[in-house]
Amino acid sequence: MSATTLSGRDPARRRTRSKLGWNLLGLLVFLTAGFPVYWMIDTAFKPAKDAIDPDPSLLPTGVTLANFRRALDIADFWGPVGRSLIVSLSVVAIGIVVGTLAALAISRFAFRGRKIVIVGILAVQMVPLVAMIIPVFLLLNDLGQYDKLSGLIITYLTFILPFTVWTLRGFIVNIPRELEEAAMVDGCSRTGAFLRVVFPLLAPGLVATSVYGFIQAWNEYLYALMLMSQENQTATVWLGNFTTKHGTEYAPMMAGATMMAVPIVVLFLLVQRKMAAGLTAGAVKG
Amino acid sequence: MSAADTTTPAKVPPPRPAPPPPGVAAARPRRGRAPGGAAVPWALLAPCLLVLALVMGYPLVRLVTLSFQKFGQSQLWGFQPAQSAGFANFTNVLEDGEFWAVVVRTIVFAAGSVIFTMVLGMLIALLLQRVSGWMKTLINVVLVASWGMPVIVATTVFKWLFDSDYGILNALLSKLPGVHLIGHNWFASGPQGLAVIMLLVVWGAVPFVVITLGAGLTQVPKELEEAARLDGAGSWGVFRHVTLPILKPIIVMLTTLSVIWDMGVFPQVFVMRGGHPEAEFQLLTTYSYDRAFVVNDYGQGSAIALITVLLLLGVVALYMRQMLKIGEVE
Repeated sequence: MSATTLSGRDPARRRTRSKLGWNLLGLLVFLTAGFPVYWMIDTAFKPAKDAIDPDPSLLPTGVTLANFRRALDIADFWGPVGRSLIVSLSVVAIGIVVGTLAALAISRFAFRGRKIVIVGILAVQMVPLVAMIIPVFLLLNDLGQYDKLSGLIITYLTFILPFTVWTLRGFIVNIPRELEEAAMVDGCSRTGAFLRVVFPLLAPGLVATSVYGFIQAWNEYLYALMLMSQENQTATVWLGNFTTKHGTEYAPMMAGATMMAVPIVVLFLLVQRKMAAGLTAGAVKG
Repeated sequence: MSAADTTTPAKVPPPRPAPPPPGVAAARPRRGRAPGGAAVPWALLAPCLLVLALVMGYPLVRLVTLSFQKFGQSQLWGFQPAQSAGFANFTNVLEDGEFWAVVVRTIVFAAGSVIFTMVLGMLIALLLQRVSGWMKTLINVVLVASWGMPVIVATTVFKWLFDSDYGILNALLSKLPGVHLIGHNWFASGPQGLAVIMLLVVWGAVPFVVITLGAGLTQVPKELEEAARLDGAGSWGVFRHVTLPILKPIIVMLTTLSVIWDMGVFPQVFVMRGGHPEAEFQLLTTYSYDRAFVVNDYGQGSAIALITVLLLLGVVALYMRQMLKIGEVE
């Protein structure tokens, strides 16, 4: 079979025809994967009465911003968003500083116990968050941090920090050690070499990791639900306000979902390529 | 994670020659890495380890102690001290028939999600190598969009898609001849409802797998594939004997992560069922949550959580080996 492919009678035509087949399959993937996103946006802009048509139209039926207005009215919107911003930004700031130091240690130094540290940091990532919710709840309760943004920030570090360390390690590994050594030969101190050589090269990685960590913190639901009261809820929990005893208001809910998802998805689109590179660094090569 | 700290390294066969006895080791020269005393890396690590010990170490220890205690409302508010319960929490849980149903359901659910995610992810990653450039861009944009969607948003959207009266899915399927699904409630039965939730989980998980495998696929040397083809291997043969072995580390990593994430599925079930999953929707995570925060038995809830963690440890050990190998390479 492969022999015919190589010495095929008309390889060029064969190739275009097979491309067409693959593209059709690709189109199917595109439509299936994209449909939920499309339907969310479509419903968000639809007049609310069109949203509850038992025979819904697949194409947009008209554009209205009423659902967005309703979504902003349903419960305080900016409060939860503001709280989510404070939490996510703080988590990222702490995570990046602490994580960069740790990532440097495990990627640039050989020391006894390095392996155990790596295993430990990775193992932390493995514990399902849900398993920890009970003791974390009790811990914050004891510390008087229940229903406080600071308590949520501390808690989020659990999953942001290991991720930050591991990803930054991937980026640091990709910076040739020789550059640092050259700078040190030229008279730079170790710290100087890092600040002048490694840090600038690491900047894109730091940006990508920060954005990614921000998104993770922003998206977290369980702890936000459990550790914060109704008055202090964050953006993800806010989205639950559309379901009441009287049913779900789907059109405004989709408007709310769109407002929450679009900025995050755009951020995500900007950094995901960098992230994939960082995550897989050294996974195949060598 | 204190348990894994001590157990996992033991399971990992040392890839390097065994270290010399401790006394000798201190004087051993560093392995040709950049200079710097042993104090420097530890100083760099200290803040990270400190934070993790507080936010992770302490609660983990507490999880273990809690699971051996009788701990309810009155203990929570401090009216009564926590009493030791011995193994009562565990025996109660293990003797409960419902618990075993939940375990089996969770494993089936997680296994199904992982298998679908990995197979679909691999197929789409391979497909992306064969489609035209513009199609590749289109698919990538859509994948990243669904990947970046907050889980809670995705769950909300799926709830809407599958709504019994106004959901687009029922409307579309009912257009097929002989299908009448208007008003069909997908969540009336556990298996059907969980299948919908599995679809949601897979939809959200596939992009990460595709993009990571895609990054891996670009690193498979073309010459190797060509050589295999010249040797008479078909597409399957090339995939089986060239691509797969090279991607193995990534596949192991992705599978393990998927197992961990899919065993930990919570918001999807919780939100889909309006905060009160019915008995046939309970997975280990929601079950543990229920025991703790609905029944107010924190001890038993912790016991269930601990059993979940132990179930995962086996998988984690596999993952650790892989990550260590990656850490070794550089």
